[in-house]
Amino acid sequence: MGKCKIVHYINQFYAGIGGEEKANVPPEKRDGFVGPGLAINGAVEGVAEIVGTVICGDSYFNENLEEASDKVLDMIKSYEPDLVVVGPGFNAGRYGMACGMVAKLVDENLNIPVVGGLYEENPGLEIYKRHAYFVPTGNSATSMRQAVPAIAAIIKKIAAGEKVTEGYVAKGVRKNYFAKERGSKRAVDMLLKKIAGEEFVTEYPMPVFDRVDAQAAIKDIKTAKIALVSSGGPVPKGNPDRIEASSASKYGKYSLVDIFDFVSSNGETAHGGYDPVYANEDLDRVLPVDVLKEMVKNGEIGSLHDYWYSTVGNGTSVANSKAFAAEIAEDLKADGVHGVILTST
Amino acid sequence: MVKEIERAGFPVVHACTVVPISLTVGANRIVPTVAIPHPFGDPTLTPEDEYKLRRDIVLKCLDALSTEVDGQTVFKDE
Repeated sequence: MGKCKIVHYINQFYAGIGGEEKANVPPEKRDGFVGPGLAINGAVEGVAEIVGTVICGDSYFNENLEEASDKVLDMIKSYEPDLVVVGPGFNAGRYGMACGMVAKLVDENLNIPVVGGLYEENPGLEIYKRHAYFVPTGNSATSMRQAVPAIAAIIKKIAAGEKVTEGYVAKGVRKNYFAKERGSKRAVDMLLKKIAGEEFVTEYPMPVFDRVDAQAAIKDIKTAKIALVSSGGPVPKGNPDRIEASSASKYGKYSLVDIFDFVSSNGETAHGGYDPVYANEDLDRVLPVDVLKEMVKNGEIGSLHDYWYSTVGNGTSVANSKAFAAEIAEDLKADGVHGVILTST
Repeated sequence: MVKEIERAGFPVVHACTVVPISLTVGANRIVPTVAIPHPFGDPTLTPEDEYKLRRDIVLKCLDALSTEVDGQTVFKDE
C-alpha cells in the first residue's frame, strides 16, 4: 500500500473562515491540509498525507443535519481516502457533535477508520465514541500540541496495518477472544475474591447511567407558576455578575419584575459559544419573557417566577452545572414554583 | 442542569436546538427550537410573525409540562 490518504474534517473556525459570525457556512472542500491539518500532516509525514479538507460551519451542521451529512460525505468520498480525521474538537459542543456525526457517517458508509480527538465531557464523545478512535484531549485548543502527536500515533499504526490497541477512548465495542479458562471458572474466582475482600477485576464494567425519572406533569397550567432557567447566557445589559463567556464559574439570578419585553437596551447574552447578534438585539429569542408575561396577563398560565437564572453552558464543567442547578432548585422550591422551562442555545 | 432541577422535584422542559445533546444529557421533556443563536426567534421574520413563532414554541413547552411522560420524549411538530 502506498501512502495512506487522509481527508480531514474541521469547522469554520479552524479553517480560518471566521468565528461565531461564520458558524452558518455550508460545507466546502479544499485540496490538501488546512489549519490544524498542517501539524497533523507534518506528524505523519512519510506514511500518510492529508489529501483534502472538508469544512463546515458548526451551527450549519447541527441545524441542517441531513443536508450537511449528505454533502460532507460526498465531499469526503470524492478524495477516495483510506482514513478520515475529525477535529480535534476539544470541549466545543457543536464542533464535537459534528466531529462525531462525521465519524458515524464515514464508519457506516465508507467502512474506513476514523481518528479524532475530544475532551472527556464533550457530548459528541459519549454519543459517537464507537465510530472512531477518539484520543482524549484537554478541554481547549491550548492542548493542540498534545493532541496532534496522539492522533498521529494512531494514524501511523493504521497506516502500517497494525492493530490499534491504546491511546484512545474505549469504543464500547465487544471483541471475541479465547480465554485460558472458561467463563464459569472465572466468575467463581472473581466471586471468591470478592467474598475474601480481595481486589478483583471485572470483565464487563457496568456502564453508569445517571438518569432521573420524569416528574409528574402539571395538572392545571392556568394556575401554575413557571420559572425560566437558561444555559444560553441571558443576562441584564452589561452582564453585572461578569459571568464568563466560557467555562462559567457561576450563575446569575435576575429580577423579571420590571421586564415585560427584552430590547437591545435591557438584555444581552454572556455566552461566547454562538453568534450573539440575535440575542443582543432581542433577548426574548433566548428567554421568551415577552410571551410569558403576556400569557400571565391573559390567564394562560398562573404566574411567572419573579427571577430568571442564567449561566453560560459553553465548556462549563458538569460538576459546576450540577452545583448551579442544585442551588437554583432550592430557590425555586422556596418560592413554590411548579414547572421549569430551561432554554439552551 | 435539566436533570438536577428535575431531581429536585420539578417537571422541566428542555427547549433546545441540538436535540441529540439533550437526549444524551438525560432530559425527559424536550421541545426542539429554531436555531442555536436564536432558539425562540427568527430574525428573518417580521416582528409580528417572530412573536407568533415564539408563542407557538412556548405553548409547546407548556403543553410538554402538562403532559405525563414515561421516559425521554421529544415534543415534535404535529
